[in-house]
Amino acid sequence: MNAVEVRSLFKSFGPVKAVDGLDFTIAAGSTTALLGGNGAGKTTTLSMLLGLLLPTSGSITVLGEDMVRHRYRVLPRMNFSSPYVDLPHRLSVRQNLKVYGGLYGVEHLKDRIAELADELELGEFIDRPAGKLSAGQKTRVALAKALLNKPDLLLLDEPTASLDPDTADWVRSYFQAYRERTGATIVLASHNMTEVERMCDRVLMMKQGRIVDQGSPAALIERFGRASMEEVFLDIARDRQRPEATS
Amino acid sequence: MTLSTRRIEAMCLRHLYILKGSWPRLLEMAYWPAVNMVVWGFTNRFFAEHSTWVAQAGGILIGAVLLWDVMFRGNLGVALSFLEEMWSRNLGHLSVSPLRPHELVISMLTMSLIRTVIGVLPAALLAIPLYHYSIFTLGAPLVAFWFCLMVSGWAMGLAVSALVLRFGLGAESLAWVLIFAMAPLAGIYYPISTLPAWLQPVAWALPPAHVFEGMRAVVFEGDMRLDLLASALALNALYLALGAGLFLWAWHGARVRGALLNVGE
Repeated sequence: MNAVEVRSLFKSFGPVKAVDGLDFTIAAGSTTALLGGNGAGKTTTLSMLLGLLLPTSGSITVLGEDMVRHRYRVLPRMNFSSPYVDLPHRLSVRQNLKVYGGLYGVEHLKDRIAELADELELGEFIDRPAGKLSAGQKTRVALAKALLNKPDLLLLDEPTASLDPDTADWVRSYFQAYRERTGATIVLASHNMTEVERMCDRVLMMKQGRIVDQGSPAALIERFGRASMEEVFLDIARDRQRPEATS
Repeated sequence: MTLSTRRIEAMCLRHLYILKGSWPRLLEMAYWPAVNMVVWGFTNRFFAEHSTWVAQAGGILIGAVLLWDVMFRGNLGVALSFLEEMWSRNLGHLSVSPLRPHELVISMLTMSLIRTVIGVLPAALLAIPLYHYSIFTLGAPLVAFWFCLMVSGWAMGLAVSALVLRFGLGAESLAWVLIFAMAPLAGIYYPISTLPAWLQPVAWALPPAHVFEGMRAVVFEGDMRLDLLASALALNALYLALGAGLFLWAWHGARVRGALLNVGE
């Protein structure tokens, strides 16, 4: 069963084609990365999957619902985290979680917040203003907000950007454990190849709004004859031919 | 149309937390209406001694300035609730939550009502010991005037929010200044007949002109003019629908342009 189905998806901003004919599916319970350089169309695609951005044409089905026409049927089962979108700075962490818990209709909210505070180690700063936290603490708060409603589909935009290696590793482990525990589907846009190799079952390589290659990290590495995803990424970004294609 | 009171409550809670956590904000909300009222209270006292028109109805100018503040605060309450989301770069999270745009609008209107009561009520109470004038002596018509002016403020606040959503935070000063374009035409302190003949139809196209004329009819003649109230209500319904429509149109446009994810300071 697919959690996401995208067909003939286009998005233009004036003359600029940000997404140029995407077709892909994402299996339920998998972790999939959208990978590509700056301007490849990752964030635009993620925004359309969230219903935040309307496509110029094409269809997006998320958890069985048409995202353009019926996004509100499915939004309670999704969530999103990005280091580039903040939570209200003046509200404490607890207040933010109460507000978003109300928006997502979370039952037994007090217990759920306590549960997340315990899992994500928010206890020492849960009553501090969200704007006064360190980058690592903010990431954990954003994670708590993203997991409040126990989403079936989690969309993550650069989930470990600007985190130190220790915190980034902790975040990745948490997502892996969450997926194993709940069977949720995770879609992430990232520039971090280590993260992609470690977390993802499948990678959609994007360039200039198109998917130029796809497969598991191991399969892509093997196909390109490289040692790591970083080298595969550079091959694609710099228009190098696949080694086997040149032979 | 789906409407969730829980989501609306959550959005109101978000703004109430800010008010609760900042006494300077609460003070500022009550400060300007109080200062305005004090200034116009002295003006009223002076004119009461030198003008037969003002002398006929003690406190007419104080009542007018308090009611004008209802409209001003009504507008600001809506616009500030929206600007808070932009200043805190929170619109992206709200837009991907199950919160519907019309629920966001209703929460903004609710917060506007709360902010207006916090702002205007202390000034109205202060006028009683300072100038021996109580706006509450207007009785039931006061509720109608308050409601009409509040709705006019809401319509303008929604239009301003739409412009900010469309043109970005560069347009935020409109929240404070746009409403003053209406002030000369609203007949706050003088009858609409004072305006040049060619300008009077423009004034009558605005709901506040009907409200302030209605207020003077109550104060000077003890007459609640239902015709003025009806026209104010009808015009308000029209302008509120236009304001809400403009906001929802701007919201849709932001989804087309991809502006909801990256708006902010």
